Amino acid sequence: MNDILKFILEYREAIFIIILSIFLGIEVISHVPSVLHTPLMSGANAIHGVVIIGAIIVMGHAGNVLSMILGFIAVVLGTLNVVGGFVVTDRMLEMFKKKKKQQ
Amino acid sequence: METIQMLTKTIEYSEYISILEISYILASVLFVMGLKKLSHPDTARNGNLWAAAGMALAILFTILFHKTRMEDGTLKGIHNIGWIVVALIIGSVTGWLAAKKVKMTAMPQMVSLFNGMGGACAALISMMEFPKMQNMLANSQAATMLNGEALAILLGLMIGGVSFAGSMIAFGKLDERIGDIKSPLLRYFNLTLLVILLAFVVFIMFKVPVAGENWMIYVLAGLALVYGVSFVMPIGGADMPVVISLLNSFTGVAAAMGGFLYNNQAMLTGGILVGSSGTILTILMCKAMNRSLLNVIIGAFGGSAAAGAVSGDKTVKEISLSDAAVLLSYSQKVLVVPGYGLAVAQAQHLCHELENMLASKGVELKYGIHPVAGRMPGHMNVLLAEADVAYEKLQEMEDANNEMNNTDVVIVVGANDVVNPAAEEDPSSPIYGMPVIKVWEAKNTIIMKRSMAKGYAAIENNLFFMPKSRMLFGDAKATLQKLLAEIKNL
Repeated sequence: MNDILKFILEYREAIFIIILSIFLGIEVISHVPSVLHTPLMSGANAIHGVVIIGAIIVMGHAGNVLSMILGFIAVVLGTLNVVGGFVVTDRMLEMFKKKKKQQ
Repeated sequence: METIQMLTKTIEYSEYISILEISYILASVLFVMGLKKLSHPDTARNGNLWAAAGMALAILFTILFHKTRMEDGTLKGIHNIGWIVVALIIGSVTGWLAAKKVKMTAMPQMVSLFNGMGGACAALISMMEFPKMQNMLANSQAATMLNGEALAILLGLMIGGVSFAGSMIAFGKLDERIGDIKSPLLRYFNLTLLVILLAFVVFIMFKVPVAGENWMIYVLAGLALVYGVSFVMPIGGADMPVVISLLNSFTGVAAAMGGFLYNNQAMLTGGILVGSSGTILTILMCKAMNRSLLNVIIGAFGGSAAAGAVSGDKTVKEISLSDAAVLLSYSQKVLVVPGYGLAVAQAQHLCHELENMLASKGVELKYGIHPVAGRMPGHMNVLLAEADVAYEKLQEMEDANNEMNNTDVVIVVGANDVVNPAAEEDPSSPIYGMPVIKVWEAKNTIIMKRSMAKGYAAIENNLFFMPKSRMLFGDAKATLQKLLAEIKNL
């Protein structure tokens, strides 16, 4: 029990951010029309590509060849997620342009 | 002199760090605003750009200004920048080309593939950080690995691994490379594996850290991959969008674990945002199908299908192509109800051609779009938009149903469960309560189908046996082509 309390105190800032972000995430997209489900999912998919920052940090401090190789792969995969994700979403949303003109 | 220099150096470094932190705050704000804009049709495209700008900012500033405090207290910046840039370029070019070249119909697979890449990235980070952390703990003679960083590393690996393997299977299924494996045994296997996986994480955390002993991390990675595969395997192809959305939020959580580990706010907010909004989106998708998430995951659709058993012998009536052509040419209002089959047959362009041909004969053709028709919500809209179908031709389910009585002919192209009257009439049916397009209320219904096979829900569709229904068997694309030729020859 004591450990858990200590844990919460030690990481209180992160826990704070996590809880607020959960509510924010729910609030932000709760009124999305079903037509936008797919692009929204794809856009969110690109945003979690932020994991690439972690990959850059690991690679930036890689000491040996093995971690260099793994880090390199991680950065490539992360970039794929980010760039591919945003470009695919943009292509999907391009389709909705027509609607704007007519409204 | 030296100390002064040291002092200024320290201050200089911390300035960099505050610049970095400010860039992360900005990036987080851009993510939130982007996500908010993405949920409205008019601002969606901008929202995507905003989020992308936030990402570019975070990546650039990380490379330039990130410092890690070493064990001896000095601050170290990012090394290997050349290699990092090479990796960024390779990833960007490949991702860009793949995203630009992919066909509109293969979009869902692509999203799944990119999601898997993110999951793998998170898992790799954990695999590299674990040995470092264990060595550090071993050096400081810690009794266990019970701390937040270790938990974040292990969970990041577990969730990232599951997300990667699951996404690859989802990709394979949508691309029709992998079939479904439905077995009640798999359900117990999955549950057992999940328990083992979690227990193993706890086991590692209570282990005495020994420098260089890293076998556990490989076992954990292996287990996570196996679980990812067996988790998605029993889920049917038509449910893949829900699964991808769920795996998407998994990857978000895995990214957030990295943020926790590095005390990196951009990763933390970005990851958790996707984790929570992805979960809500998954639930919204399930709601649109009138099913629970659990139901989707277990893959238990159609279990009670026998309840709605067919009574007596029923026959379907076929319609010849020439009759169909005449019927369509002399109608006033025609409604096309597209489904999964349209996407599979890639027949969207032919639909548009049919629309134009009928328009030249003074027949009005519209499309009735069920919210969950196709492989993912909104899939039909995207597909038809690709074929240059005007937006106002697409009717939402409610509008289509309101006008159904005045509609002369409905053509059902590759849809089944979304036009099943059992959803309205048969309380024992597994899809009872799901909103459907009431095509049976139109004056005539032509159903294009490959065979009499059942839809994904594996339940009988009484629509086919109704007096006003006529079947037109064959591949949607080929049938539409022949139909177009017939109409031209009239």
